[in-house]
Amino acid sequence: MIIADRKPINELLEMIKDCKKILILGCKGCVTVCNVGGAKEVGILSSILKIARKKEGTALAIDENTLERQCDPEYIETVKDIINSYDAIISMACGVGPQFLSEMYPKARIFPAVNTTSFGGSLRHGVWAERCAGCGTCVIHYFDGMCPVARCSKSLLNGPCGGSSKGKCEISNEIDCIWDMIVRKKMEQGRLDDLLVVKEPKNWQTARDGGPRTSVREDIAL
Amino acid sequence: MSEFKSGSNLEKVLKAGHFAFTGECGPPKGANVEHLKEKIAHLKGMVDSVNVTDNQTAVVRMSSWAASTIMLQEGVEPNFQMVCRDRNRLAMMSDILGVSAMGIRNMLCLSGDHQRFGNHPQSKNVYDIDSIQLIALVKKMRDEGKFMNNEDIDVSPKLFIGAAANPFADPYEYRVYRLANKISAGVDFIQTQCIYNMEKFRDFMKKAVDMGLHEKCYILAGVTPMKSIGMAKYMSASVPGMDVPDSLIKRLQGAEKGKVAEEGIKFALEQIEEFKEMKGISGVHLMAIEWEHRVPEIAERARLLPRPKV
Repeated sequence: MIIADRKPINELLEMIKDCKKILILGCKGCVTVCNVGGAKEVGILSSILKIARKKEGTALAIDENTLERQCDPEYIETVKDIINSYDAIISMACGVGPQFLSEMYPKARIFPAVNTTSFGGSLRHGVWAERCAGCGTCVIHYFDGMCPVARCSKSLLNGPCGGSSKGKCEISNEIDCIWDMIVRKKMEQGRLDDLLVVKEPKNWQTARDGGPRTSVREDIAL
Repeated sequence: MSEFKSGSNLEKVLKAGHFAFTGECGPPKGANVEHLKEKIAHLKGMVDSVNVTDNQTAVVRMSSWAASTIMLQEGVEPNFQMVCRDRNRLAMMSDILGVSAMGIRNMLCLSGDHQRFGNHPQSKNVYDIDSIQLIALVKKMRDEGKFMNNEDIDVSPKLFIGAAANPFADPYEYRVYRLANKISAGVDFIQTQCIYNMEKFRDFMKKAVDMGLHEKCYILAGVTPMKSIGMAKYMSASVPGMDVPDSLIKRLQGAEKGKVAEEGIKFALEQIEEFKEMKGISGVHLMAIEWEHRVPEIAERARLLPRPKV
């Protein structure tokens, strides 16, 4: 899923400082699963903003709503009758949501409530970690299902670098060295020879480096 | 057709079978040419080639190619370092051609420290290709006369290709295979990370020799004299991939007041003597960090002078 963190409250207050009436729009997709932008978090953010503005003496009216998804026009359309009645909309979806809203509603002011960080999963309750960089050409079959593009701090295809120490990355003791994990798995499975072939430079054209990407499924596209 | 790949002094020294001795010089944090020339002067005639670091520890300095060019003008042979952190393949290839055009004949291919360590941790990193792919790229440009995309090069670069090896990083069992990969990518010489754990290094070299790696490239052992107990403790605790045994720290602590640096030099000299005899070792790479002025003394006491004329 897409992982995000909520922005600091002060940053959000600054965005809406001129607004008197806003809509906080949650999303029932990934951000609900990673506990950052679902119906529950919409309610919490709404209370925090109201209290903060009340303290400042500039009351703020807030409506709350949570869409099935904010990455699909069909759900974005459901707010068409109300959206222009607000000074601003705060989207709690990943970075996709505010953009879909902004494209469909040119008159509305749309602000993001979260910082979208990565594609990943839940390690344990309350902790999520990156697993995929969305490079457009998956190579993890070479590395026993582990991705050095996303998880090596230097995206090395021929690792590990000289900074790998006790299973951790040189940049932080909190980060596992993915190359340590790849090498150990290869050794345990008796397939170290796989790593004695030098991997060619990656073609980054399918990654963001090749420009914004669009996927088309000819068989179902209208 | 020359028998040499690059014709660099380092290549000639190694091919003639001499025990090579290389040094290191960090470019200034500024355009201070005089200070750079001063550091270079200490190394002149003392070593066969001098590594010129490329924004080492991710701290911005004068570019390694510019400092290498100044070094060349001062009559000292540079070993131009390039890291994969700051350049994509286009910038790399153009700098490879550029340094060769300026007469630089050695190049060391490195991944580079992550920018988090440096003075611009906010920067975007590149890592378009990695250090092993960089080795293969330089070799392709030099030997096949082609760019990465297979287009022909009009006059190939002439470079003696180097890389680093760190036997003290993890996983240890894999380190000798990583060295083998660098050799199959096309490396001509290797300079190791600073060695302090001699026991581990002997084991590493035995493995390398058993695999015949020393016959496929020249391996230079990395030596950095400890200047102080603080430096030893810092390297032990805070530099990833560095292995400083407690016995060395104790030895430095046991030195008389004011004699710690001398004890550090003594340890380095003992290491150099052992490397001279160690199977598979073709020379020593002395990384005297901000201690260039002590290199002549170390070279003299290590009986590495005069340097061979080839």
